[in-house]
Amino acid sequence: MADRRPKVVGFCCERHAMDSSIFSARSGRTYDTGLRIIRVPCSGRVDGMHILNALEEGADAVFVLGCLEKNCYYDTGSVEGRKRVEYVKSMLSEVGLEPERVEMFNVSSSMAWKFPEIVSRMTEVARRLGPIGSGGGDGR
Amino acid sequence: MIVAERKPLDEIAEMIAPFRKVAVIGCRSCVAICLAGGEKEVNMLVSAMKLKNRNEGREQEFDGFVLERQCEKEWVKEVEDRILASDIVLSMSCSLGAQTVGDMYPHKIVVPGLNTKMFGVPEEQGVWSEKCLGCGDCMISTTGGICPIARCAKSMLNGPCGGSSDGHCEVNLDIECAWYAIHERLKLQGRLDLMETVRPPKDWVPSHSGGRRVLVREDAKLTQHQKRGEEVVE
Repeated sequence: MADRRPKVVGFCCERHAMDSSIFSARSGRTYDTGLRIIRVPCSGRVDGMHILNALEEGADAVFVLGCLEKNCYYDTGSVEGRKRVEYVKSMLSEVGLEPERVEMFNVSSSMAWKFPEIVSRMTEVARRLGPIGSGGGDGR
Repeated sequence: MIVAERKPLDEIAEMIAPFRKVAVIGCRSCVAICLAGGEKEVNMLVSAMKLKNRNEGREQEFDGFVLERQCEKEWVKEVEDRILASDIVLSMSCSLGAQTVGDMYPHKIVVPGLNTKMFGVPEEQGVWSEKCLGCGDCMISTTGGICPIARCAKSMLNGPCGGSSDGHCEVNLDIECAWYAIHERLKLQGRLDLMETVRPPKDWVPSHSGGRRVLVREDAKLTQHQKRGEEVVE
């Protein structure tokens, strides 16, 4: 398990979330390459189905990254995204999976430092829990 | 419309656990509108069940699809092959859809994925409220278009009970007192005299109290010839 790279999928809105990842890269910050970024027009566009599909297709952890809730480019998109994430977390709990595999975060374009922090946090979760059905990752 | 809610996933998982091939059938009508059994909900349920099985090392095959209306035989017939190929059918429709499939294929085990809750209307996004009980003898012409049978906790027929307070119901203060709403509506329409009309005890025979209801429209029924697809011979 130790040499397996955790698979993390990040649904990033093309406004503040993608900007923060770009500014993060421009400022020389690095993050784990196990991350697969899926660019979406708005975090409110992310549906529970997309998140579950990512897990089904092999992601160990999924995060949705949107604008700050009171500064969303589309006004309420990140609030919608959060509600969907919460619903999926409740479904995961119902089927006996760890709800922390899925998280919602909010950033503004200028928070370049936060993007690698979020990726590290989710990578750590993925590493600790391991692939679904593996009986646990490093943390067990 | 019929309002339904998904059953807890562990209850669904327990029902389908002994079977290998599971057909999960949704419906694009009422239950899609109330976000319980439409295409998206079927896909999410199948996905969640696959993740659960992977986590627990169990193998099951899921075939998820959605019909226009699961309560009509014509639509169900179109997916007969997929139903017959399954070991169990998980109906993501109201109980009517589940029973339609069950009646058409009596050898097939059909289990409900939803709890059918009520005849309701969408009040706002994500909120549905009950407005009809299907009593079989509609009386809202005398109550300003508001049904006291469904919307009053005690189905009062002649004005509010003593529990009506500031326009709210004593059973649940978040719910408007139906008779307060009726009074306000009739006042708006200048028909407050209807409040003084005494409504006799309701005849509940047209409701479920009279047993299972079957409605027949002779003018709409097909003749034996039509059912067989034959030409009518004069």
